[in-house]
Amino acid sequence: MRFSPRDARFRALLYQVLALAAVVGVLAYLVTNTIANLEARKIASGFAFLSREAGFEIGETSFISYGAADNYARALLVGLANTFRVALIGVVAATVIGTFIGFARLSSNWLVAKLSSAYIEVIRNVPLLVQLFFWYAIISENLPGPRQALSPVSGVFLSNRGFAVPVIEWHAAYQWVLAAFVLALLVAWRISAWARARQARTGQQFHAFWTGLGIVVALPLLAFIAIGAPFRLIVPELAGFNFSGGATLTPEFAALLIGLVAYTAAFIAEIVRAGILSVHRGQTEAASALGLRPSFVLRLVILPQALRVIVPPLTSQYLNLTKNSSLAVAIGYPDIVSIANTAINQTGQAIEGIGIIMAVYLTISLSISAFMNWYNKRIALVER
Amino acid sequence: MKAVAAITGALALAFAATPALAQSTLDAVKAKGFVQCGVNTALAGFSQPDSRGVWKGLDVDMCRAVAATVFGDATKVRYTPLTAQQRFTALQSGEIDLLARNTTWTISRDTSLGLNFVGVNYYDGQGFMVPKKLNVKSARELKGATVCVQPGTTTELNLADYFRANNMTFKPVVIEKLEEVTNAYFSGRCDVYTTDVSGLVSTRGSRAPNPADHVILPEVISKEPLGPVVRHGDDKWFDIVKWTLMAMLEAEELGLTAANIDKALADKNPAVQRFVGATGDLGKMLGVDNRWAFNIVKQVGNYAESFDANLKPLGFERGLNALWTKGGLMYPIPLR
Repeated sequence: MRFSPRDARFRALLYQVLALAAVVGVLAYLVTNTIANLEARKIASGFAFLSREAGFEIGETSFISYGAADNYARALLVGLANTFRVALIGVVAATVIGTFIGFARLSSNWLVAKLSSAYIEVIRNVPLLVQLFFWYAIISENLPGPRQALSPVSGVFLSNRGFAVPVIEWHAAYQWVLAAFVLALLVAWRISAWARARQARTGQQFHAFWTGLGIVVALPLLAFIAIGAPFRLIVPELAGFNFSGGATLTPEFAALLIGLVAYTAAFIAEIVRAGILSVHRGQTEAASALGLRPSFVLRLVILPQALRVIVPPLTSQYLNLTKNSSLAVAIGYPDIVSIANTAINQTGQAIEGIGIIMAVYLTISLSISAFMNWYNKRIALVER
Repeated sequence: MKAVAAITGALALAFAATPALAQSTLDAVKAKGFVQCGVNTALAGFSQPDSRGVWKGLDVDMCRAVAATVFGDATKVRYTPLTAQQRFTALQSGEIDLLARNTTWTISRDTSLGLNFVGVNYYDGQGFMVPKKLNVKSARELKGATVCVQPGTTTELNLADYFRANNMTFKPVVIEKLEEVTNAYFSGRCDVYTTDVSGLVSTRGSRAPNPADHVILPEVISKEPLGPVVRHGDDKWFDIVKWTLMAMLEAEELGLTAANIDKALADKNPAVQRFVGATGDLGKMLGVDNRWAFNIVKQVGNYAESFDANLKPLGFERGLNALWTKGGLMYPIPLR
C-alpha cells in the first residue's frame, strides 16, 4: 500500500478512519454537551437515585415482592419481571396459535381457510395500540363488579377486577414431587437419546416419546402419593372491596397478553404458511411414494425444511412482541417502561431513566437474537 | 406516547448548544412573539379547550396574564397540553417557557429537577372519590381497595404514604392519561379515584355520567400547593411570572376589575396609581411595559374574576383560596 490518494486500499482505509472519527466526534460532542447542559440547568444526574426509597406502590408484582418502602432499583426490577412475564408467555402462546392459524389457512376446508384469512387480514391491519384499548375496554366495561362477579365454576370468579382462580397451597413435601419431576425429565431424555442411537445402529424403532411422557407423568404422581397426597386449595373469597386468596389475572395483564398474542400470532401465521409453501410439492409426493404416513411426512420431510425459512423471520416477531409490550403503559400494566417513566418523573432524571429502558430492551432483544441464531444454526441445512 | 416527551427532552439536552442557554427566557419569548405555556391536557376549570378550541381555565389565565405582562396582549400565548409525566421534561428542555399545570410545589421538585416555583395560584389537598353505592364514609374504610391514580404525581406518593401510615393495603391501577384513568374509575375498574380535591370536583362535574352517584370523602390527606413553574437559573423571567401572579391577587385586594380598571387610571389612591403605572416605575424594574398590571387586569381580570369564571360554575368554593383579608391564604406581596 502506498500512502497516496491514488492507491485504492489507502483511500478505503482513509475513508474508514474519517468516518470513525466523525462518529466518535459527534458522540463526544453529545456527551459533553449533555453534561454541560445538565449542570447549567441544575438538574441532578447520576444513578444515586436507584438506592433511594421509591415511595409508590405497584399494582402487580411477579416473582419479586415489593412495597412502597423499597428503593427505585427494586421497583425497576419488578417492572422488568413484569415485562419478562408478559413477553415469555406471549412468545409461547403467539407461536402456538400462529402455527395453528398458519396451517388452518392452508387447510383444504373452505370455511377454515377463509376464517383464518379473515383473522390474519383484520388483525394485521389494525394498529396494536387500538387493539389494546379494545381488549381493555371489553374486559373492564363489560364484566360486572367484584360483588356481582360471574362464577362459571365454583371457586372461579370473573369480574372487572380480573380472573380470580384457586391455587394449590404449597406444602413442604412438594419439593419431593419437584425432584421426581426433574429426575423423570432426565430419564426421559436419556431414553430418547438411547432410542435414537439404537435406531441409527439397527433401524429398530422405539416409542421413546410415549415412554418418556409416561415417566414424566407417573414419577411425580408416585412421589405425590408416597408423601401422603397432602392437598388443599386456597379459594378466592370476596373480602371487603376485592377478592383475597387464590391467584388473580388482572384485566391489564389479560388485555395486554391477548392483544400482543393475537397481533403477533397473525404475523407468525403468515410466516409459517410461507415456510410450508416454500417446500416443493414434489417433496410431499416423494415422501408419500416412499410409504410414509402423513404425520411423518410433515414431521420428517416438510417441517425440517420449512423451519429454515420460518426461524429467521420468527426471530423478528419475537423481538417485536417483546418491544411492543412497552405499549402496556397505555392501559396501566406496570412494565419496565411504565415504572421507569414514573421514576423519571419523581426524580427528574430523564436521561438515566431512558438509558435504563434502552439498555433493558437492547439486552432482551440481543439475548433473543442470540438464542434464535443458535437454534437456526442447529436446524440449518448441513451440506456434505 | 409519554416516553416521547422524555426522549425529546433528553435529546434537546444533548443537542441544544450550551451558549443558547445564556440567552434569557424573556429575550427568547420576545423574539418569537408569544409565550409557550405548558398546561393540563384537559382538566375542566384549570385548563381545557372549549367547544371552539379556545383554552379556558385558572391555569390558562395565568399563561394569558404573563403574555399581557410581556406583550401587553393576553392572546399571545401558545399552549402545549402535557400529561403529568411529560410536564417537567418539557420545561427542563426549553420546549415551554412556563408550566401552569396544577403542579404541586415540593422541595424535591424545586431543587433536584432544576425548576423554580413562583408561588401558589391554588391551595389544594388530595382527596378520594368513591361511588355512592359502595357506602364508604371515610378513607379509613378503604382497606384492600383498588385505587385509580395517575403516575408521576405527588398524588401517587401520598397515596402510598397514607395507606402505609394507616396500615392498610391497596391495589393501584396506574394510567397516565387523565381520560383513560377516569374512564377506568367510572367503568368500575377501581373502587376509588384519587387526586387533588380540585381535580375530583372538576372530574365529577365534567366527566361523571351522573355526578350525584359519586361522593368525595371528607379526609384531605395532603397539602397540595399548586403553582406556576419556570426553569431554575433565569431570575428575570422568574420575577416576571411571580409578579404577574401577585398583580392578579393585588388587583382583587384593591378591588380592581376588568370593568373598572379604565376608571382607576384617574383614581387618587397612590397604591392604585402605582398599580396601573400612572406613577412609579414598577414595570421598568421588571423590564416590561409600565402598564403591565393594568394590561393584566384589563385583559384577563383579577384572581377573583378568573376563579369565578372558571371554577365557580363547577361547584368550587373559595375556601383556602380566599384573600387573607377574608380568611384565606392568598396574600399578595406588596407591589411597591
